[in-house]
Amino acid sequence: MQTGAVATQERSTHTAREVAVRIQGVTKHFGEGEQRVQALRGVDWDVYKGQMSLLVGPSGCGKTTLLSVIAGILDCDDGMVDAFGSRVTALGDREKTRFRAVHIGFVFQQYNLLPALTAAENAAVPLVIAGWHRVQAVAKAREVLTTLGMGNRADALPSQLSGGQQQRVAIARALVHEPNLIVCDEPTAAIDFETGQTVMQLLRQAAVRAERAVIVVTHDNRVFPFGDRIAHMDDGHIVSVEENAKVTAA
Amino acid sequence: MRWIALKMLTGDRAKFYGIVLGLTFASLLITQQGSIFWGLMLRTSGQIMDITGADLWVMDNNVRFIDDVKPMLENELYRVRGVEGVLWAVPLYKGIGRAKLTTYDLNGERQEVIEQVIMLGLDDASMVGAPRRIFVGKLSDLRRPDAIIVDKVGLRKLYPGQGGESAKTNDELRKFLGRELEMNDHRAVIVGICETTRTFQSNPVVYTTYSRAKQFVPQERKVLSYVLAKAQTGFKPADIAHRIAERTGLLAKTSEEFKDMTIQYYLKYTGIPMNFGITALLGFLVGTAIAGQTFYNFTLENLKQFGALKAMGTTNARIVAMILLQATVVGLLGYGIGVGLATLFGLMTVGTELAFYTAWWILPITGAAIVLICILSSILCIRRVIVLEPAVVFRT
Repeated sequence: MQTGAVATQERSTHTAREVAVRIQGVTKHFGEGEQRVQALRGVDWDVYKGQMSLLVGPSGCGKTTLLSVIAGILDCDDGMVDAFGSRVTALGDREKTRFRAVHIGFVFQQYNLLPALTAAENAAVPLVIAGWHRVQAVAKAREVLTTLGMGNRADALPSQLSGGQQQRVAIARALVHEPNLIVCDEPTAAIDFETGQTVMQLLRQAAVRAERAVIVVTHDNRVFPFGDRIAHMDDGHIVSVEENAKVTAA
Repeated sequence: MRWIALKMLTGDRAKFYGIVLGLTFASLLITQQGSIFWGLMLRTSGQIMDITGADLWVMDNNVRFIDDVKPMLENELYRVRGVEGVLWAVPLYKGIGRAKLTTYDLNGERQEVIEQVIMLGLDDASMVGAPRRIFVGKLSDLRRPDAIIVDKVGLRKLYPGQGGESAKTNDELRKFLGRELEMNDHRAVIVGICETTRTFQSNPVVYTTYSRAKQFVPQERKVLSYVLAKAQTGFKPADIAHRIAERTGLLAKTSEEFKDMTIQYYLKYTGIPMNFGITALLGFLVGTAIAGQTFYNFTLENLKQFGALKAMGTTNARIVAMILLQATVVGLLGYGIGVGLATLFGLMTVGTELAFYTAWWILPITGAAIVLICILSSILCIRRVIVLEPAVVFRT
């Protein structure tokens, strides 16, 4: 596997692309009066199944806010988000929580692994949330960890793992319940370049599927080669979306 | 999610032990202080419960507690005997005597001891009110000239350094039989060693006959301290007590009522409840501070993890259940260890001067205090996590 090169992967070349997530006219502000900050200013964006979509832009442009709205973590002021047949913006709090549990896998910048749980137990958390028994959930998590090259470290605590290994565990956690949408917030920000390339490679291999969409928020242009589409964001707008012509077979 | 909650709790050993320590401290202090307090209270009425066989205590109307003796004319005894429903009634003398003796300690040095004793004069014929247990000697020996029976714990004060109170065998106690002492300038001879409930004042208790007690004390017109009576079969003691009071104008109480009356006096007119209550309250407050602060810190340190769980689809209700489970586990541990340590303390103090009695109701009171501490600690944590935005996980 060559660092910096995208692994051989059949690119989705949908002539009739199937939209996984549709965002229309989404606005969001924080604070009131003089403290008011308009984070999103009428965002329109489509995310397609079978693709890794990158959301890039400078710090403070609203990438994470948009990601939070898509995932149903934050409510928007206006606009709508449709994801896999559900109007996320119209769901109540409980329904949003349930939606996230079933349809979304998260990869956080700071991993957010539970320090008292082993790698396998951490990766099993989404299954436990879904009601799986502990033994079955951990067994399934071990399988996923093995596909990510972490099978022999499944019983290690997060404190015993490197940054890259912890991020692999986080990826396993995002995949274990086979969600339709993976959202990654700056997945390479806390790790070095080479490890970051490896993580992105793994993410691309393991996460991108025909029926699944992956959204990666990043401001690291070294990650760009891994995305199928790149949406550029600035000051609360999607200013441009481009197909990634640089993605080539190894 | 239960196992996740417990692993999160025990994963941070320092905080886990800190929370349990705080709850253990509170549980220990509340149980221990409550037990010492109630042990003391029982001592105030110990002499009432030591007297078996009699249902009723008849006394002057102005008596407020067992040691508040107001002597009566001996005629009152016959008036009580004349009340319908009274099976029998006997006199009891209770007063303070002065014991004086010359003794020699284990090193052979001469000692002169003057000690105030609680003197109980039992009815010569029936000996109602006799000690429950006599280690050496016989009750009937009390009828011998100048005879007294002394309690085992009282030997420590009468014969200091001679090991009477710590004697493990009757042979060790037997050496005290036949010893002479002066009781209010009258000769007295020890004919028996007995067991009694320790008194509140911790004075030695000396049993003798009623007639001899009258000889020991200065001559007065009124000598009778109490009349002990028993209700006939088929009559309720409380009803007979009421009837005696009506017919004689005296105060009549069942043993339980007199015991409660004595305890109530000490509760109301001494600072004992307040002293112990303050200490127990301090234990509660300190325990709350330690456990609450540590538990809250634990939640704060795990806030991002709770946020991640919320982001991944854990409902607020489940998160609350996790926190409550954590609080329950540490609460049970703290309560169990605290009560266990208090019990151990009580066992270690058996036979010492310390009054210690863990009444059954002390345990649920301690339990309620621990539950309250856990609830107060949890409320802050729950509130913090409920209002937590899952989006916090996206912030560095």
